[in-house]
Amino acid sequence: MAQANTRVLPGYRLSISFTLVYLSVLVIIPLGACVITAAQLSWDQFRAAVWTERARAAYALTFGAALLAAAISAVVGLLVAWVLVRYEFPGKRVFDALVDLPFALPTAVAGLVFSNLYVANGWLGQFLVPLGIEGSYSRLAIVLVLVFIGFPFVVRTLQPVLEALDAEAEEAAALLGASRWQTFRRVILPALMPGLLTGFALAFARGLGEYGSVVFVSGNMPLKTEIAAFLIVSRLEEGRPNSYREATAIATVLLVASFLMLIVINRLEARSRRG
Amino acid sequence: MTTPAAIPDLLPTAPGAGGAGAPTRQSPIANRKSQDPLWVRVTLTALALGCMTVLVIVPVVSVFYEALSDGLGTYWKTLTADPDTRHSVLLTLTVAPLAVLCNLVFGVAAAWAITRFRFRGRTLLVTLIDVPFSVSPVVAGLMFVILFGLQGFFGPWLRANGLQVLFTVPGLVLATTFVTLPFVARELIPVMEAIGPDEELAALSLGASGRQIFWRVTLPNIKWGLLYGIILCNARAMGEFGAVYVVSGRVAGETCTMPLQVEMLFNEFNTPGAFALASVLTMLAVVTLLLKVWVEGRKKQDSPQRHESHTKEHKEE
Amino acid sequence: MSITAQNVTKRFGDFVALDDVTVECPAGELVALLGPSGGGKTTLLRVIAGLEVPDSGTVLFKDDDITKHSARDRNVGFVFQHYALFRHMTVFENVAFGLRVRKWAEPRVRDRVLELLRLVRLEEKAGLYPANLSGGQKQRIALVRALAPEPKVMLLDEPFGALDAKVRSELRDWLRRLHNELHVTSIFVTHDQEEAFEVADRVVVLNKGRVEQTGAPVEVFERPANGFVMDFLGNVNKLPVRVEGGRALLGETGTVELPGRVFGASENGRTDAYVRPHELDLARTADGGNCLLARVLHVNPAGSVVKVRLWAEDFGLMINVDITPERYRALALKPTEPVYITPKAEAVSDTDYAI
Repeated sequence: MAQANTRVLPGYRLSISFTLVYLSVLVIIPLGACVITAAQLSWDQFRAAVWTERARAAYALTFGAALLAAAISAVVGLLVAWVLVRYEFPGKRVFDALVDLPFALPTAVAGLVFSNLYVANGWLGQFLVPLGIEGSYSRLAIVLVLVFIGFPFVVRTLQPVLEALDAEAEEAAALLGASRWQTFRRVILPALMPGLLTGFALAFARGLGEYGSVVFVSGNMPLKTEIAAFLIVSRLEEGRPNSYREATAIATVLLVASFLMLIVINRLEARSRRG
Repeated sequence: MTTPAAIPDLLPTAPGAGGAGAPTRQSPIANRKSQDPLWVRVTLTALALGCMTVLVIVPVVSVFYEALSDGLGTYWKTLTADPDTRHSVLLTLTVAPLAVLCNLVFGVAAAWAITRFRFRGRTLLVTLIDVPFSVSPVVAGLMFVILFGLQGFFGPWLRANGLQVLFTVPGLVLATTFVTLPFVARELIPVMEAIGPDEELAALSLGASGRQIFWRVTLPNIKWGLLYGIILCNARAMGEFGAVYVVSGRVAGETCTMPLQVEMLFNEFNTPGAFALASVLTMLAVVTLLLKVWVEGRKKQDSPQRHESHTKEHKEE
Repeated sequence: MSITAQNVTKRFGDFVALDDVTVECPAGELVALLGPSGGGKTTLLRVIAGLEVPDSGTVLFKDDDITKHSARDRNVGFVFQHYALFRHMTVFENVAFGLRVRKWAEPRVRDRVLELLRLVRLEEKAGLYPANLSGGQKQRIALVRALAPEPKVMLLDEPFGALDAKVRSELRDWLRRLHNELHVTSIFVTHDQEEAFEVADRVVVLNKGRVEQTGAPVEVFERPANGFVMDFLGNVNKLPVRVEGGRALLGETGTVELPGRVFGASENGRTDAYVRPHELDLARTADGGNCLLARVLHVNPAGSVVKVRLWAEDFGLMINVDITPERYRALALKPTEPVYITPKAEAVSDTDYAI
């Protein structure tokens, strides 16, 4: 039998109490403190803190960039996963391993490099800037670096799904006269949808909170290229009596939003799994 | 969250399900590739490799190119001459292992409790472990500022007792530990679930004590999964930026870890210094990748064969 | 040492795995827990081993109540269905494990392990890992690993369940011989009645968490306590009857008296009778009157008995009858032919009604 239904093995009390204490100290108490601090503001103060023009611009940019980056990640991730699973080419294993690099590379390094690549005299910027494409210190820069961070999530969720895909369903579709494209749209894509949505959700969630890389590439101009996480930090550093409560209020909005988005996407995913 | 371990099926049964880059996928796929016409295959492969090149390869190459553009000698001097940079390396090498150690102990305890016992709130506990993945690192840092800052919950008491958490190594460790909390547990839970408790029960029935069971039976069985979790946890701990940014106060030579020092140098327009340090972090990332591929191979060898009839009688129960 | 489980109840959520079960296993005997999947037999075994904590009830070893004792202190040898060999230890270390945790001296460990490996003729495999053994070899290693610390009782969960037929019967014989030599009180779980009857001194039939019958194999086979046991032992015709004046008569109005067993009857005497195929005979003529007209559907003459399947149109029943090859040749049966089913003469007197 695969499950211990009773506490026959030793160590239940020790392991469960350690786990609970650890989680309380590191997760529950800090999260609670965050919520309590935000609640200490009156409703008007809270509104004033979280609903300034600057804050609204930051939310819009954070969500917009994360959403767009997650969508691009989904396309790029699908393409890369497809090629890695279905086709043979030299250096495949190296490419496969390299997909994990954004997981392993500190985000500060990613930010540093990306900011340097897309400036006017950078390796890629020298071709793009003359075309009017500003890949550094712009909103585009934020999206670019978030795609770098997000696409591995999509690749790694899709790879096992693609491998497990039923070859016979595709063959049956082909025998029934479907073109390759029809087979892809009607047979393969629906099967990949749950994985694709999961990867999208992970990339999106990661993008919402990302800070390290974005501060390097965005320029952090209020109203233009300032993300919510950066706004929290700058509020915190203002040092006014109420500023850290205001920072907490914005953080609470970010927290609630990312939890809500995750729930929504989980629902979507559950539905596509049923369908 | 920097890992496929974050894939949200809570207790996948297959070891390392979603656990990244397994290079052994040949059999049924090999004869399927012929279904796509050559031009499609070539175009898609070229597009994918193009994306990978622009997104991953060019940036990595450019780190080393920028770092080494003035020659090896300058590179070495840039890296070692600045005492703040040297300190940041030492600090990262202190903070990251401490955070990993905490999460290692936690991961083992949590995985033992969750996979070897049934209790109320078990699913809730699994969800709770994932929470740090969905909290922005900046918010994570902020939480500790709220707790330990001068205006915060414990700040005044700490100050009265001459203690300080913020802007010190313990604060950095705390923030890093929070951000990397799920890694080891998330890796171990599916592994231990897949192995099942039978070997431990056999050891118990043969008269082994709890300690003997853990060291002689459990640990040898999970060692590769554990190592895998440690590698991921460590990579994230060394690279953590947002949370430590907030709690560190960024005092050069005191509370700046390597990623913070990179930012510091970058803001001081010391681009060669920033790239030199960034190249060290990149090398660490490449080493992480190599270790990861190696451990994945070992983990696969060790993974248990699944018995379909394994739970026959008890499945219904 | 005798083993007693008294009034043991165990639930998993809403599922009642054991419902007030009492089982006794006399010292030195080999007892089989027999029953269908989900019947609770593995759970009972695990409760005795201390691998499962019962909701209520007690487990006694001899006269000691060990219900509260940890599995660690029970000194029980447990053989898991899927062996649960320590995959990262060699065969030698697997067998030595129970001795090492008891801090036996190294030379003694060596002697004991090698002695046991010789017993199962696997001494040359001592340095291998479990992954390199066949199923039967793993099973034998699991057995001697459990035997190594000289347990007071041996518990085996479906010991041959995962093996192919030939290895299975070899190991069955071997287990019986081993038990004859060592005389350690042993309980094993099986869903295979043949295995239970062949190996065990005593059989306990479990179903839906309850004990249906306990007894020596011959008792259980000859005198099944109820319909479930009869059914479970298999190879039986289940026929609707009405009971009138101590006689079981087939169907609503039929007058054919059956030789089978009848377990309980409703108000109007309606119930089922269980008749084994070898308790019936076939005849070309309706001599004596107590017979049933049926049509031959299928004959399987391959084997020491000839299995005939018939369709009794009047009652809408399928009936199996076993006859000897001689009888088969004498009757010269062909499919679709009408023939009379009769109770075998000697079987009728043997009938015991348990109404």
